[in-house]
Amino acid sequence: MSIGQSSSEEIPEEGATTRLRLPDRAPEAQPGATSYVESATEHETVFHASSVSVNYGEKRALDDVSMEIGKHRATAFIGPSGCGKSTFLRCLNRMNDSIPSFKLGGELRYHGHDLYGSEANRVEVRRRIGMVFQKPNPFAKSIYDNIAWAAKNLGMKDNLDDRVERALRSAALWDEVKDRLKASALGLSGGQQQRLCIARAIAIEPDVILLDEPASALDPIATAAIEDLIHALKSEYTIVIVTHNMQQAMRVADKTAFFSLDDTRTGTLIEFDQTDKLFSRPQDKRTEAYITGQFG
Amino acid sequence: MSAISPDPNYTLAPSGNLRRRMLISRTAVTGTIVAAGAAVAVLGILVYYAAYQGASQLNLSFLTSDLPAIGLSGGGGIGPALVGTAEVVLIATLIALPVGILTAIYLSEFAGPTVGRLMTTGLELMAGLPTIIAGIFIAGLIVDSSGQSAWAAGLAVAIVEVPLIARASIEALRRVPPTMREAADALGVAHWRTVLGVILPTASNGIVTATILAVARGAGETAPVLLTIPTFGQTYQLNPNHAVPTVPLEIWGLLNSGQPSALAQAWGAAFLLMILILAVNIGARVWLRRGERKRGL
Amino acid sequence: MTSLATEPSPIGTAGFKQRSRLNRTDIRANRALKWLALGGGLLLFITLIAIVYQIISGASQAFNKFGFGFLGHTAWIPSENIFGGWTFIYGTLVTGLASVILSTILGVSIGLFLALLAPRRVSMIIGPLIEMLAAIPSIVIGLIGIVLICPFISSDIEPWVHSVFGWIPIFGATQTAGNSIFAAILVLTIMVVPIIAALTRDLFMTVPQELRDGAEALGSTRWEMIRGVVLPTTKTGITAACMLGFGRAIGEAIAVSQVIGGIPAWPLNFFSGGDAIGPVIANQYPSALTTLDKSSLFYLAAVLLVLGIGVNLFAQWIAGGFGSRVRLGAKVR
Repeated sequence: MSIGQSSSEEIPEEGATTRLRLPDRAPEAQPGATSYVESATEHETVFHASSVSVNYGEKRALDDVSMEIGKHRATAFIGPSGCGKSTFLRCLNRMNDSIPSFKLGGELRYHGHDLYGSEANRVEVRRRIGMVFQKPNPFAKSIYDNIAWAAKNLGMKDNLDDRVERALRSAALWDEVKDRLKASALGLSGGQQQRLCIARAIAIEPDVILLDEPASALDPIATAAIEDLIHALKSEYTIVIVTHNMQQAMRVADKTAFFSLDDTRTGTLIEFDQTDKLFSRPQDKRTEAYITGQFG
Repeated sequence: MSAISPDPNYTLAPSGNLRRRMLISRTAVTGTIVAAGAAVAVLGILVYYAAYQGASQLNLSFLTSDLPAIGLSGGGGIGPALVGTAEVVLIATLIALPVGILTAIYLSEFAGPTVGRLMTTGLELMAGLPTIIAGIFIAGLIVDSSGQSAWAAGLAVAIVEVPLIARASIEALRRVPPTMREAADALGVAHWRTVLGVILPTASNGIVTATILAVARGAGETAPVLLTIPTFGQTYQLNPNHAVPTVPLEIWGLLNSGQPSALAQAWGAAFLLMILILAVNIGARVWLRRGERKRGL
Repeated sequence: MTSLATEPSPIGTAGFKQRSRLNRTDIRANRALKWLALGGGLLLFITLIAIVYQIISGASQAFNKFGFGFLGHTAWIPSENIFGGWTFIYGTLVTGLASVILSTILGVSIGLFLALLAPRRVSMIIGPLIEMLAAIPSIVIGLIGIVLICPFISSDIEPWVHSVFGWIPIFGATQTAGNSIFAAILVLTIMVVPIIAALTRDLFMTVPQELRDGAEALGSTRWEMIRGVVLPTTKTGITAACMLGFGRAIGEAIAVSQVIGGIPAWPLNFFSGGDAIGPVIANQYPSALTTLDKSSLFYLAAVLLVLGIGVNLFAQWIAGGFGSRVRLGAKVR
């Protein structure tokens, strides 16, 4: 499925607009940073976590997570339920902020910027780092409006039809819905709705897409479609995906992180490595136990 | 390799139109805060002003003396009105409570979908009925033929109380955990025993609270009583066959009398009425919350 | 709904006699309870029908004499047996509509604040406080209306509004000592805002968290989330709440009677005095002398009844079918 390629073919060259550059950001950045701008290689780090911990009031939900997530990579978080995978994922785009007693310890950086620093604007964070949720949550609007809504907010009013079409094509949904863009999104099947949510996230051109168990509510065929999608999206975005399904991680992710409970029954990062290495030669006993199905 | 130093291309400060949008959002949110604050401020002003004007009026003599006759200035009190209010509300609640609870029981335990819908529609209609209509209804039905009486006033107030009691009782009955019903069923207990012995007692907190709130509302009503009772010159009157004064009606009469001295007394009565009703409202809520917590609902 | 327990309790053959006795009594008692409860419900229904019947029959004399023209005529002179209802219908409609518009803006804002924007502890204090506003008896609001609100309006608000917006006819020169349609609108707004605030607060709380999360995850501000997701999802409910608020506003007699002026006029200038259906019934019925007088008042009551029932039924219908829960006040939570 050459989704990635076809979408970039369709991009009209509207003044230095490429997939990753945003129209309102001048590519001619400060002198010292030119090297970063030009060498958008896979070795660049998007997220850098240092001893990140999460507290809800008195209760510690996540402890001591340190990792680096690379650009244009798909990184998977696996592990048994309740060990902090989703919690950590939601830290990456500050979705936990709405929980009143939430407190983050340690440091979490996005391209070097402190995500929770005073200069970081929460709305801007979410604009750069998009999220697709476990259960598809389309708005009660038409398919077109679902995708166009956020783009309109951001002022992307030019060529909106184009933008919607591109997003739907990237999400492998265009052919199925192109004749009924004005129909309600709630009439789509579960798998289609989830792809709509992915299209919706793509339409505003984020840098990162976070996926929280995106296929867990879907049937196997829809799941396969989503997995193909993630493969294709990797070239354009940085992907982080939480999954319960180890095979899915093996199929989709470049690197995998295994979360589990530590000795104090708090969630923590156990092991983080290239996917094939983690699954064939795990370093930690707990990882091995989980992978071989001894628990979880 | 790892970019610890901030990459200026990926700054998290607001970009594009975000500053403007955040300003709009902040303005809108501030607007809602202002609205809420204004409402609370209005409440505060009302209570404060009533206290300021009326609290000084409250003394034993005011609470127990007879009402002033027309033409007399100064003196007098709302004693008969207090007794009359109690009387009218008692009559009203004695009628409204069984009707309200029985309706709630029927809707919650017995009614099928069609009848249930029909009855709930009627209930909602009655809840939205203007109180002046309740008044004119009873006036036309009873008063015009048999004259004014506490019975008539009680009936009119009952029309106001029934929907309140019924609705809140339905809520209370619905809050009874279905596991309790299932347990009673599994033990082979007859339905009526379950309702009277398990469900009603569990919901009793909510039902009692509903009744108290309905009583508070009924006591403060003027319109249903207005058309069923004259506004002037009553001494203590216990006989329900006669017209009795009530506190809201007394205030109405004082206001319409146009006498300057009447205003002070109106304030006294209004302050008393307001404080009692607000206290009952707050007390009922607190009590309900505490009671439900105890029962683990 | 549980079924009637008609099976004998599992006691064993030895208790057969006892079981039968239990059975018969139980079946009778079950039936008695059911019919008793049904009786209560029917009584409610009968009362409603009786109200409608009584009002319509009370109005019949006036209707026979004046017909539908009554609704358009303005002259109301009891001593000459001339009655026309337009003045009061105008007052009721105008004050009702205006106060509902104001109350919706304020009430929905407060509902949003309590449901979505305020921290939980704040909303648990402020919410009940605003509901307290609805609990104040209307006569007390009427009293404060005359003594506090009207003078304040006539000395401060009305002149200012007139100086800024005087070119709009409804903001004409201040005519009376504050008793005016405008004062009635303000008083009604105070009474209706808590209703709409409480109803919409409950409504907004039913918007699923996942929808709100979805909107926020797309980089939208809080206001954009509210405008783009919360409000469209709840617009039917908001309309129903408005209808109920309108029903309350048009039915209010006591508080409005104190501040509207009781003047038999239907002015375009809101700063003049007027009258409305509720107040005129409250003021005139006790002293009505002739049967035609009373019947005319019944005629007005019939108009109010039709309006009130119509609006209420419409609200129920759009809120999800008749008999659905468009609730108010009884929720002590």
